[in-house]
Amino acid sequence: MLIRRPPDVRSSEITSETLYQTRRDWLKATGLLAAGLVVPPRLTASATGPDDDKPTPYDVVTTYNNYYEFGTGKDEPAQNAGSLRLKPWAVTVEGDVKRPGTYQLDELLKGLPVVDRVYRMRCVEAWSMVIPWNGILLGDLLKRLEPGSKARFVEFTTLFDPKQMPGQGSRVLDWPYVEALRLDEAMHPLALLATGIYGKPLLPQNGAPIRLTVPWKYGFKGGKSIVRIRLTESMPKTTWNLAGPSEYGFYANVNPTVSHPRWSQKTERRLGDFLKRPTLMFNGYGDQVAGLYSGMDLRANY
Amino acid sequence: MGESPGFRRALKPVAWVACLGPAAWLIRGLVQGDLGADPVKTLTHTTGLSALVILLVTLAVTPARWVTGINGLIRVRRLLGLFAFFYAVLHFLIYAVFDHQLSVPDITADVVEHPWVLVGFAALIILTVLAATSPTAAIRRLGGKRWQRLHRLVYLAGALAVLHFFWLVKKDVTEPVRYAVILGLLLLARVIHARRTRSTPVAEPLRAP
Repeated sequence: MLIRRPPDVRSSEITSETLYQTRRDWLKATGLLAAGLVVPPRLTASATGPDDDKPTPYDVVTTYNNYYEFGTGKDEPAQNAGSLRLKPWAVTVEGDVKRPGTYQLDELLKGLPVVDRVYRMRCVEAWSMVIPWNGILLGDLLKRLEPGSKARFVEFTTLFDPKQMPGQGSRVLDWPYVEALRLDEAMHPLALLATGIYGKPLLPQNGAPIRLTVPWKYGFKGGKSIVRIRLTESMPKTTWNLAGPSEYGFYANVNPTVSHPRWSQKTERRLGDFLKRPTLMFNGYGDQVAGLYSGMDLRANY
Repeated sequence: MGESPGFRRALKPVAWVACLGPAAWLIRGLVQGDLGADPVKTLTHTTGLSALVILLVTLAVTPARWVTGINGLIRVRRLLGLFAFFYAVLHFLIYAVFDHQLSVPDITADVVEHPWVLVGFAALIILTVLAATSPTAAIRRLGGKRWQRLHRLVYLAGALAVLHFFWLVKKDVTEPVRYAVILGLLLLARVIHARRTRSTPVAEPLRAP
């Protein structure tokens, strides 16, 4: 019933490994200056065309991260996140919910079906990856927790512990990191609480032991290392929205028509590619999620 | 302070090697395919940062002469300035090719719509004008005074380059702030020097060797 891969990439469209590799060799050979002088047609075609949605290599996914709790450089989380203690891990459930309490992670997830999902991940900084996740559906967990009749939003809070998270010593963001979804977004079958990638448990730099993944939204919506889930009636205040209200909205749906005030969102660079490709509305998941926003002005609610 | 013949001989070659370092590092990385997860970002960032750093070093030449008394340093100033321009051009070309596939309408729209890009573009235009008027013949044609007035635009280029860097970071401004402080100190050194010596011009044009 669920969508493992979006329907927009047929296997016939996927470039063979050989062709992909040849392209790399060719690029390596041309060098910087030559590349600056001519754009070969084959390169141009690869920007919009076929090869893609090939999973980003494991070592890239685990070494190129935005996780400011461990430093603002892309390589810092991989270097610094070793200090995170993953066991025991407790998650507090509170707010308008019938089963509040503090649960050990195993206990919280016990019996919920584990699913595999390959999702595109589009960062608000205009780069993207393709990640094979494992996890449980957020909707499955919420059904188990039974939101109350007034609950309209779900808020996710990341661990705050500067001893384990050296980046929290800097005031670059207002800690702890908080993200949230509207309840209907959270119940959508694409919304995932990830516990692994590539069939292995999540590494700390990717948000271990449990993180949110919402593929039709910019990556920052995916709160990492979650310690609290709260159901609320009013819209929660979220970290990036507080840090830059004109730049980062609550919804943060991937939208090529709404430019970040400082840069365009029309295109993105898939990590490893040289050329950019067009960014798709809702990151290409429009068929599944556009209905959540019918009648809404997505320019005003960016 | 005196300058040994060795110092005189080594100055320019050392400047050449140092300035070509980043380009050599990038070419090696490109050939070996180890420019990181986002090679284009590495190319863009490294060339942009090299342009900024070399520009700041260029601006440091004159204060360094005051402090050390080694007037011969002036002989690498034009070289350094041209290398800053070289990296700025590479930075722009990488952006034009890899981000916009050389599409002029795309680039124009990006420059017009985003202050961050506009500011960087303005700095590039200034550096282009300064590079074009850097040959000794151009100094003669313009006349020392006018040339000097024109070349004071280098401070504006430096400020725009720092602002360009400042605006591009998402949140953590530590690194751009560091360069802003360095630029500020280099300007401050000139203000202090001008006050002390009053009538001495801030920078002297290059004379024909």
